Amino acid sequence: MLQAIEMLSQGMAGIFVVLGLIALVVKGMSWLDNRKK
Amino acid sequence: MDLSFLWQGILSVTWKQFVMYVVGGLLIYLAIEKEYEPALLMPMGFGAILVNLPLSGVINQFTAGLGETPGIIQWLFETGIGVSEALPILLFIGIGAMIDFGPLLSNPKLFLCGAAAQTGIFMTIILAVAMGFDLKDAASIGIIGAADGPTSILVSQVLRSKYVGAIAVAAYSYMALVPIIQPVAIKLVTTKKDRAMRMGYKVRNVSRRTRILFPIFVTVIAGLVAPSSVALVGFLMFGNLIRECGVLTTLSLCAQNELANLITLLLGITISFSMKAEDFVRPETLMILCLGLVAFMLDSIVGVLFVKLLNIITPQNKINPMVGAAGISAFPMSSRVIEKLGQEADNQNHLLMHAIAANVSGQIASVVAGGVVLQYFANLG
Repeated sequence: MLQAIEMLSQGMAGIFVVLGLIALVVKGMSWLDNRKK
Repeated sequence: MDLSFLWQGILSVTWKQFVMYVVGGLLIYLAIEKEYEPALLMPMGFGAILVNLPLSGVINQFTAGLGETPGIIQWLFETGIGVSEALPILLFIGIGAMIDFGPLLSNPKLFLCGAAAQTGIFMTIILAVAMGFDLKDAASIGIIGAADGPTSILVSQVLRSKYVGAIAVAAYSYMALVPIIQPVAIKLVTTKKDRAMRMGYKVRNVSRRTRILFPIFVTVIAGLVAPSSVALVGFLMFGNLIRECGVLTTLSLCAQNELANLITLLLGITISFSMKAEDFVRPETLMILCLGLVAFMLDSIVGVLFVKLLNIITPQNKINPMVGAAGISAFPMSSRVIEKLGQEADNQNHLLMHAIAANVSGQIASVVAGGVVLQYFANLG
């Protein structure tokens, strides 16, 4: 059970870090696109 | 003259095999009459009958007169899924080529909806462990909540789960039932006022450079944080790069049509190898079907609650809470559900583009979820 709970915390942390980083990169690319205009 | 061979087959049908004929018939009925994921459920239903015929020639058999004779479905399973997981992984090229990430790239905040809606996976893993499943089987069952058939098959196969067949049936059946499951889950945690919340939509052009760099960055980021997700994310993004690069139109169309159709055709009938009566007809199958339903419900509920929390933290750009439930991978069914519920609450409320953005974010998040689950076991050593 402890391992399942550990998987929940590690898994959700991993997913949020990956998706959060991707969102930041996309935001950055969008900023670069708008700056050119 | 000995004619006993004529009824030898009939007499050797076990009650469990008979149950599988009924299950196969039910899947074929759901696929054809109800149009529930017909591309997968029809081959799976037919395959369930095929592999459960006594001494079926589609699986390896040993007879005194002929010795060992190879079976085509067993060969397909062992080669295409068992040894290499090639079939589910190659399907991701087709899926990636079909997805337009434009709406999501216009509103990157919605990436978080995809992440939040994977919580049901891990909550279901905890429930499955509490019900007595070992951790690897529990993780395979929880992945049903990814609402992503190929990911469910791949993770359960890599973890050598005993329940691959039941997991595949649950994953594809519930994906087809999203229009029934999600409204119930969403209405449990939203008021009519929540559902009527309007969101403005500004059309923002996403540059070609962003569209091309996006799949490359996603692959690198996912690969650095969760290396076990690289096969899944990498092939999904490879398909998307083929689509967006603009110079491989023929390959993109091939991936979206011929490749995806051919693999889907083979995947359904191949996975039926894991639906042999002795593996499928047991009480755990019913428990897995129940847990799969719970996973879908929890994904939707947590998705909605997460957006409500996000609205409290960032009140300047509020999101309709239902959009959080679209963070599952079932595309485009989930987006359509949100649009329909929004219009039921207010007939001028159009949420489709926002829901689609969350929905495609769920497609990335679900493969990342599969990867982080595998990564957890890889790190256990």
